Amino acid sequence: MNIPRADLVLLLRQIRHQNRVFWRTPVAAFFTLVLPIFFLVLFSVIFGTSEVAEGYEFSQFFAPAMAVFAAGSSTFTTLAIGTALDRNRGILKRVRGTPLPPWVYMTGRIGSGVWIAVISVVVMFLVGWAFFGFVMLWDNLGEAAAVFVVGVATFSALGLSVCALVRSADATPAVANAVFLPMAFVSGMFIPLDDAPRWLVTLGDIFPLKHFAEPFGAAFNPFHTGVVLGWEDLAVMGVWLVAGLVVTTRFFRWDPKG
Amino acid sequence: MTAAITVKDLAKTYGRVTALDGVSFEVSEGEVLALLGPNGAGKTTTVEILEGYRKADSGEIEVLGFHPSTGGRPFRDRIGIVLQETGTEQVLSVRETIEIYGASYSRRRPTAELISLVGLEEKADARIKTLSGGQQRRLDLALGLVGDPDLIFLDEPTTGFDPAARRKSWELVEGLTALGKTILLTTHYLDEAQHLADRIVVLSGGRIVAEGTPRTLAAARATTVRFSTAQAAEVRDLPVLGEGREVRGHRVSYQTTHPTADLHTLTGWAVERGIELEDLEVRRPSLEEVYLEIMESARQDNRRQ
Repeated sequence: MNIPRADLVLLLRQIRHQNRVFWRTPVAAFFTLVLPIFFLVLFSVIFGTSEVAEGYEFSQFFAPAMAVFAAGSSTFTTLAIGTALDRNRGILKRVRGTPLPPWVYMTGRIGSGVWIAVISVVVMFLVGWAFFGFVMLWDNLGEAAAVFVVGVATFSALGLSVCALVRSADATPAVANAVFLPMAFVSGMFIPLDDAPRWLVTLGDIFPLKHFAEPFGAAFNPFHTGVVLGWEDLAVMGVWLVAGLVVTTRFFRWDPKG
Repeated sequence: MTAAITVKDLAKTYGRVTALDGVSFEVSEGEVLALLGPNGAGKTTTVEILEGYRKADSGEIEVLGFHPSTGGRPFRDRIGIVLQETGTEQVLSVRETIEIYGASYSRRRPTAELISLVGLEEKADARIKTLSGGQQRRLDLALGLVGDPDLIFLDEPTTGFDPAARRKSWELVEGLTALGKTILLTTHYLDEAQHLADRIVVLSGGRIVAEGTPRTLAAARATTVRFSTAQAAEVRDLPVLGEGREVRGHRVSYQTTHPTADLHTLTGWAVERGIELEDLEVRRPSLEEVYLEIMESARQDNRRQ
């Protein structure tokens, strides 16, 4: 693939543009950043002194979990809701009438979501480190980054596929949240599911969030040995990633009327 | 003159509804063409096919030498689209918006120049959500012009404007034609079409029901002659004139396609009898009357089928 330099400049401008819009939209910034910080603080205060396992502090489990929650939300939820609202306002239709290549616009939106995901991961780690004793395991950061890349790619594709399938901008926020929040619970992001019933564990196994959160969390588990991103996690996320891309390219509409 | 737009036998159906049924027309370079017609006549469908948003079921289309649905980036680089239903990010300023939407054009007009062209200098750094409806439409126009297009699509550019703002927009559009731009305009307002357009195409039920310059459209219709007399009785032996005579007490009116000859007969008749034709009035039909008449006959045609 050979992308002209001018298009890369356009792409960077699009990412910056989407970031600017994001930070000027308080609702989006609130749900993406403030909500996970709130969960992180609340749960850490309640379970602060407990251990997930012998010597495995709660914050060491929970800060990475909330980092994944925030990363998933800033790609999946932000892309689904933001793109649907902009389509409804006719912004996408306007873009489609300019020479801006559609892939540059879409990649700009995704790039902005990923950038915000990076920021929110850093914020979760900083809050966990400053107040709740989270310890950064620098040696595993590379592996965590690899999990992050696959994870945000998957949740970006899924966010856009929600926008492709749900044509009504009124329904998109409800659908996106109704999918993401329960998924976070059954994926064991708030409470580890070690003692949960079998069916709940299986349910979590089907969806991609658990396969993002578990290996990412493992990278910060001092007792974990071996590679954090196993084939099973990679395969499940991969299937969802491909499904999201197929649905998006097949059903996505730029016109507000569908 | 070369044609900027050529359309032949355009047809489009949505399910069982026929939106366009054999529409053909041309727009020359530098010409302003107005598409007139009621809602559902096929104006939007036609324009959106020409803009590349929709595909026609059949027919030949060429816009600036491109087929709109395959012209892609080089095609969009040369057109400017001003639609009613396209929004902008409300949290951005006017300047930021023009910058980002202009970024992808190869011939970009300077932001400051566009802002002053549409008269938004005082709002240049204001967020879009603080703009009035009219100011937002002017921003739409600036965004349609940011790539210095050869062909501009204007979809009801002054809907919702107050009279002063409309005048101002008209001047702007006239400025564009002075630069040799081709404009395809859709409008509900007949005075707008009359004022701006070199030629008018009237659509109804997905077909062209009339076409011509504002002048020739009106010329093909009957002129109205109206007068009243003091003595109602005199009217009884009024000579046969034109078509469709209407007498209401003292007031008489009739339609004629030969106003000069008919007036001669009428005034001769009046002078002979020493009758004064009070309020004598000879009036060419307004474009509005012509339009309503065209719509009425189109409706009857549709009913007959």
